[in-house]
Amino acid sequence: MNPNLEVKIGRLKFKNPVTVASGTFGYAEEFKDFINLKKLGAIFTKTITLKPRLGNPPPRTCETPAGMLNSIGLENPGIEGFIKEKLPFLKKIGVPIIVSIASEAGADEFMVLARRLDKIKEVAAIELNISCPNIKEKKTKRLISQDADATYDLVKSVRKVTKKMLITKLSPHVPDITEIACAAEKAGSDAVSLINTFPALSIDIETHRPQLATVTGGLSGPAIRPIAVRMVWEVYQKVKIPIIGIGGIIDASSALEFFLAGATAISIGMANFINPAASTEILEGVKKYLIKNKIKDIRMLTGALKT
Amino acid sequence: MPTHKTFQVKAKLLRNQRVAEKHYKMTLASSRLAKQAKPGQFVEVKVSEGPEPLLRRPFGVHRVSGSNFEILYEIVGIGTQLLSQKKPGASLDIIGPLGNGFTLSTTHHTAHILVAGGMGVAPLLFLAEKLKKQKPLVLIGAKTKRHILREKEFKQLGCSVKISTDDGSAGFPGKVTELLQDILQGHSPWKDNPCALYACGPRPMLKEIALIAKSHKIPAQISLEAHLACGIGACLGCVVNTKQGYKRVCKEGPVFEAQEIIW
Ligand SMILES: Cc1cc2nc3c(=O)[nH]c(=O)nc-3n(C[C@H](O)[C@H](O)[C@H](O)COP(=O)(O)OP(=O)(O)OC[C@H]3O[C@@H](n4cnc5c(N)ncnc54)[C@H](O)[C@@H]3O)c2cc1C
Ligand SMILES: Cc1cc2nc3c(=O)[nH]c(=O)nc-3n(C[C@H](O)[C@H](O)[C@H](O)COP(=O)(O)O)c2cc1C
Ligand code: FES
Repeated sequence: MNPNLEVKIGRLKFKNPVTVASGTFGYAEEFKDFINLKKLGAIFTKTITLKPRLGNPPPRTCETPAGMLNSIGLENPGIEGFIKEKLPFLKKIGVPIIVSIASEAGADEFMVLARRLDKIKEVAAIELNISCPNIKEKKTKRLISQDADATYDLVKSVRKVTKKMLITKLSPHVPDITEIACAAEKAGSDAVSLINTFPALSIDIETHRPQLATVTGGLSGPAIRPIAVRMVWEVYQKVKIPIIGIGGIIDASSALEFFLAGATAISIGMANFINPAASTEILEGVKKYLIKNKIKDIRMLTGALKT
Repeated sequence: MPTHKTFQVKAKLLRNQRVAEKHYKMTLASSRLAKQAKPGQFVEVKVSEGPEPLLRRPFGVHRVSGSNFEILYEIVGIGTQLLSQKKPGASLDIIGPLGNGFTLSTTHHTAHILVAGGMGVAPLLFLAEKLKKQKPLVLIGAKTKRHILREKEFKQLGCSVKISTDDGSAGFPGKVTELLQDILQGHSPWKDNPCALYACGPRPMLKEIALIAKSHKIPAQISLEAHLACGIGACLGCVVNTKQGYKRVCKEGPVFEAQEIIW
């Protein structure tokens, strides 16, 4: 018998819990030659800002042990460019499209973005990227998700202007991630996704220069996975809203760890770069595991960690 | 058969020959790739079964014959080291053909000059094959005599080949860009003909080529390298600054008009 894979994020149904993470899947079209996009549980777009952004100077990526650094700097065509050039393809796929948004200017701009997306029927949900280490709030020089009050205020402001499902994406670069997750929940976020990348530095010893033009960048990949799994587990014990687990998932077993720790759904990040078919292969692997272990419903795994 | 222009395939390794000190030539079987690849395009190779190293490694398509294609690579680190240890019969996970290759301007130009620096010969042999009717001139720059790659293969295609070495152990003593200057200024048949340049090699060399091309008012296409994370245009990690803004080396490139690049 086929196990149930459907999960709910707020009012939203994903036909399966395997999604692709913001910034690692472009605008989906880049992957159309490699996988059947219809099989995905949901697609998170590259983060969009109000105005087009050029992004950071190159070099923007470098490989590190079991991971990579990036400092893309949210290069994107801006919300209107996104709606005109990228959304038409995304709309046609037929899976929930979650648009990730960010701003350096704070709540007002987030609200403008959310209002604009609120009118578009094919946008299933909005992800608030308040955790990108490559852009900091201009006023405070820090990430919104590094402060519980700032997180609360931001989510609350956006909540007021849209009925769309809101997912708040959290940074691991905090002493206690549960405080931030609780603030997001209290302010009306329908789910939290974690984790974004961790600030890091890699140095070329021949030139004494950093590998990235911006000196530091965000670390992703299997190197951060155990941190991400720990954080999902901690947050699971403190919030009632669903958790989307992200960080170093490259195969079915790494995906399963996240469910056991408390995730309702997962996002595949840089694994999409290593294998463009990673997402659908991981979905198949999760299915096989459920069948083999006679687990009828993926939801039975969420938080099933025995301690 | 699917008609996608790029695809992921398990290609069988037919040969993995050492051709110089740290240089190997690998022959892989994929009729689809052999059929669709254009000179200047590249493939992304998974060099290990497991997760280390994590990212794929990009290599230009070196040559195509029948249903096989070749890559030519130098051992520079862990990925190429692992690749050199692969044995015939192994199957390699490959994505390709990727990027935009060279535009063959066969109608507008009578003389074609290909300039290779070091490993830059890799994609240029495939290009020379497509241009062989035009009998291109090929300039190969190498550190020393021992580092000259593919001289014979270019000659077999009917190309005229000129060599430069940094230490003067063979051919013109000096940089391949100096050799090019000499040729363009000297009393050679190349001097007054309209010509087109195609180049691949280290960035400083390509920058030099761009300047030379500009001063002689000749078109030049250059193939750039950048660290690639995805290789398929999704991560925006590989950009190069151009007159039209940032462009992706893996998607709009790796071949660019030399004058487009802001060095
Ligand atoms: C479009 C393109 C075509 C290429 N074609 C060829 C070819 O035909 N033959 C050939 O020998 N080499 C080619 N290269 C360079 C080749 O990809 C690198 O030498 C190789 O990735 C080194 O891997 P490594 O693990 O051995 O080295 P390491 O130094 O251990 O690699 C560390 C990381 O840096 C990256 N890296 C290191 N050097 C380069 C480089 N020069 N360019 C891009 N990424 C690099 C690696 O991919 C890896 O992620 C090409 C590069 C690009 C971008
Ligand atoms: C190249 C690159 C670009 C990214 N861009 C974004 C982005 O635009 N918005 C965002 O919220 N996260 C972005 N991320 C973070 C990922 O969505 C994910 O949270 C992180 O990479 C951890 O997952 P992973 O280890 O599976 O890659 C990016 C990550 C990478 C590697
Ligand atoms: S390597 Fe990802 S966009 Fe070029």
